[in-house]
Amino acid sequence: MELTGLFFYLVSVLIAGGIYAVLCLALNVQWGMGGLFNAGIAGFFAVGAYTSAIVTTAVSTKHLGGFELPIPFGLVAAMIVAGVTGWVVAKICVRLKSDYLAMASVGIAEILRLVIVNESWLTNGSLGIAGVPRPFGDLVQGREADLLYLAMVWLCVLAVYILCQRLYVSPWGRTLRAIRDNEDSARAAGKDVDWFRLQTFVIGCAIMGLAGALSAHYFKFLSPSATEPLLVTFLVWVMLMAGGSGNNKGAIVGALAIWFIWSATEIITSRLPPEWITRSSYIRMLLVGLLLQFVLQKFRSGLIPEKSPKIRSD
Amino acid sequence: MISVEHVKVSYGGPNVVDDVSFDIPSGRITGLIGPNGAGKTTMFNAIAGHVGLAGGRILLEGKDITGLKPHQRAARGLARTFQIPHEFSQLTVIENFMAAAATPIGENVFNVIFRRGRFAAEEEATYRAARDMVTFLEIDHVKDEKAGNLSGGQKKLLELGRALMRKPKIILLDEIGAGINRTLLAKISDKILLLNKEQGLTFCLIEHDLDYVSKLCDEVIVMAQGTLLTRGSVDDVRQDARVIEAYFGGGKYEAQS
Repeated sequence: MELTGLFFYLVSVLIAGGIYAVLCLALNVQWGMGGLFNAGIAGFFAVGAYTSAIVTTAVSTKHLGGFELPIPFGLVAAMIVAGVTGWVVAKICVRLKSDYLAMASVGIAEILRLVIVNESWLTNGSLGIAGVPRPFGDLVQGREADLLYLAMVWLCVLAVYILCQRLYVSPWGRTLRAIRDNEDSARAAGKDVDWFRLQTFVIGCAIMGLAGALSAHYFKFLSPSATEPLLVTFLVWVMLMAGGSGNNKGAIVGALAIWFIWSATEIITSRLPPEWITRSSYIRMLLVGLLLQFVLQKFRSGLIPEKSPKIRSD
Repeated sequence: MISVEHVKVSYGGPNVVDDVSFDIPSGRITGLIGPNGAGKTTMFNAIAGHVGLAGGRILLEGKDITGLKPHQRAARGLARTFQIPHEFSQLTVIENFMAAAATPIGENVFNVIFRRGRFAAEEEATYRAARDMVTFLEIDHVKDEKAGNLSGGQKKLLELGRALMRKPKIILLDEIGAGINRTLLAKISDKILLLNKEQGLTFCLIEHDLDYVSKLCDEVIVMAQGTLLTRGSVDDVRQDARVIEAYFGGGKYEAQS
């Protein structure tokens, strides 16, 4: 009994880890390959989550829709709406230098969060959206459903990984990395820097939207707390830094490694003296902050550093 | 041919390039010289489109390119190098050259994701051109090295190679020889002369060493304090009182000689 409990704890960790891996791959496209400092991951994640929830839930008077469409439609809609949101944001601020883009994107994520909390006709405000369906929800329940969902999440990770890898090894990816390394000489070499950045931002945001949708269908309930920047934006940055910015495999490894550590801290903090437990969430944040410091000081290029794609040898 | 007509550039204060007009004739090697702060690099930035003009216009082959962005000017056959090397530091030398080439099919994101066969031939050709460039510049031994790890001189060669990868008509070289040892410098000059003779490439180069300039250039343009001073052969310019004044200040040069 103890063992099955542990097994399904592991399943839940791996589902969340898979969702983080998708987010981390998305950030790797934007930051690792494109050098775009997006500090508003939580905003695009939330847009995806709410889009998919609204598209797939049963008709409700509490929020827009729902439209009761099958889940694949929800996932695609999440990617499109998050991508379009990314396009609008990129149109306005993609020409900003990296640190200014970071500030702007924090602001945009906050705007998106405020819209979600306050526009209750759209999202039911802070009460959230209930009854978000799971795939094959009427066929399988409970733990079997978790296993099925685990497979679905990792199938998405695989698909996103293949997409990102294709981008990375292509001339498109090479030009993007060139722009990241030196904008001026990329321009002098005839590259339309703004156009590349726009595409990068949109692709990254669309993938972040997919991750949001996956998380909404996993938890079956969605409230504004799901868009907590500490748990989404901050943690994903730690993951990418630890795993290896500029390397798709590194992004996945980093997501899993940090998520395992993060989950393990929960076990540790639950055994602390009672007067400390109330502060456990702060203690975990502190630990992850220290971990990020350690990674940045000792492993600047991460567990699996960026590597140039192999060119045909002759 | 590039024609610079009454160009003015300002970084917010007084004009750092003030009402300068000159031509860079096709098929020739033209020098752009002048003391520090003369506005030479700013002039290059203006021609390549990296800074906006406060007045005047720039023509390339008779067409006004003043409103074009740098990448659009590059597409019309204009290439440049940077005084301080601007390498793509995380890319290998080969990748630097490949990234500098025009690869329109492989840069289409739709092709990259869904139609990967489309750009195979283009990529093959780009790779060959990059290999040839590495051989031409005699840097085969570092071709798989990350460009950020190269020495100062190698980075200068990388700059030149990247400019050539676009197969441009006109190349602006900004102090390609600065900080380079004599042997390597002679090698670079040979390459420049070769490209000029064999392919009729037009060069405009900024250099401080007048002996070096006189070996390469048919003609030099002299700038000082943001204005055009004179133009002519290196020997003529050396005798010009205004040039001596600009370089060495009032009359000291004559007193010494």
